[in-house]
Amino acid sequence: MIAFQLSRLQPQPSAVYAALGLKSGSRPSPRSSALLQRALELFHTCSEPQGVSESISQDEFADIYSGQGRNAPATPLAEIFPHADRLHLFAFTLGERISGEIKRLFASDDFALGSLLDAVASLAADQAGRVAEEWVERQAAGQKDGALPRAFLYSPGYCGWHISGQEKLFARLRPEKIGISLNASFLMTPLKSISGVLVAGPAAIHQFSEVYPFCAHCKSPTCRERGMARSA
Amino acid sequence: MEILKQIAQCLEVGDDAVVPPLVRQALAEGIVPKTILDEGLIAGMNTVGEKFRVHDIFLPDVLLAAKAMYAGMDVLKPLLISAGVSSRGRVVIGSVQGDLHDIGKNLVGIVLKGAGFEVIDLGNDVAAEKFVAAAKSQDACVIGMSALLTTTMPVMKEVVDLLKKENLDGRIKTIIGGAPVSQNYAGEIGADAYGYDCAQAVAGVKKLAAAVL
Repeated sequence: MIAFQLSRLQPQPSAVYAALGLKSGSRPSPRSSALLQRALELFHTCSEPQGVSESISQDEFADIYSGQGRNAPATPLAEIFPHADRLHLFAFTLGERISGEIKRLFASDDFALGSLLDAVASLAADQAGRVAEEWVERQAAGQKDGALPRAFLYSPGYCGWHISGQEKLFARLRPEKIGISLNASFLMTPLKSISGVLVAGPAAIHQFSEVYPFCAHCKSPTCRERGMARSA
Repeated sequence: MEILKQIAQCLEVGDDAVVPPLVRQALAEGIVPKTILDEGLIAGMNTVGEKFRVHDIFLPDVLLAAKAMYAGMDVLKPLLISAGVSSRGRVVIGSVQGDLHDIGKNLVGIVLKGAGFEVIDLGNDVAAEKFVAAAKSQDACVIGMSALLTTTMPVMKEVVDLLKKENLDGRIKTIIGGAPVSQNYAGEIGADAYGYDCAQAVAGVKKLAAAVL
């Protein structure tokens, strides 16, 4: 079981400001700072974090990863997972209540607070991925001698893994049991949810060259921030 | 006129409690509603838009200013309508069929209203036919579409194709946006513009509306 404490998921103010376009080094207005504090209070009162994970073999994941056959011809994950020591399917949600609160704020013209709460919730959902990665690393470290393993979350819809991959992932993991559903377009609801596979192994297995065609259009190159990619 | 500068400055800092009394004061001083709108409210929003574009302020500041704009507009709107002053144009927006993400679309709608456009927000999960029908019935000049899933992007092409089929592409322009969307994709499907972010989307709508109207 992975424990998700809101204090661990709560983003730093600087991360929220950056996500909403504040230039590095600039200070937000006192009013925006006060609104962020209010957004963080709402984050604590409205979030209902839940996660689910399941260990899976490489053969089983290979079938899930193949999905509907719509992945890019070559992807980083296709090269990475065969070298993993551990694979865990994973899904997490902050729950429907916080999404409802964001909608309510926008509907009542409280746009600034709504946008701050939305950014806080999105960053918190991403942070849940980091918490899960650390959990898998601890699991894998207990079973290996030598260098500590690294774990990263890879998700359908990114890096060539077609979003339709959610279908087989959901069929196996059944995140419906924590309230996450999937629509015909492979959209998860509640919206502040994440899913994917946690891949643990030596740090080197996560390194890849940025030679994939889809890298040119990527608007969220977290691979670089997370130290996963190296330039070709 | 000093009062108009005050309105713009109070709007820029998002003071939605002060803007309406200042607007009433401007009216009492005999300034016509259109001038208050253009040189007070819209002037303030233009400054906000430029500061946002260069990242001197960030999104919540823009939204606070937009709320102050709305507060000022609530005072002016009935007077503008009775004086026959029309908006900068009507824009239909929505998240495409199959998609429930709406924050980006909502933000663009808010800033467009703040910029003096009339926005018809169709919400989420909007079919191509509904976009076109709404644009026709509302006499809109732009359709703005948002998609955050690659599986839903094809709806954008359906809208573009439908407009061409009905010979409406001359008077109803399209702008698209969303995480998986790109300038390349806009070109591929024949959309008129692409908005990388809220600021670019609003700038794009202004250009398209000016070209049509």
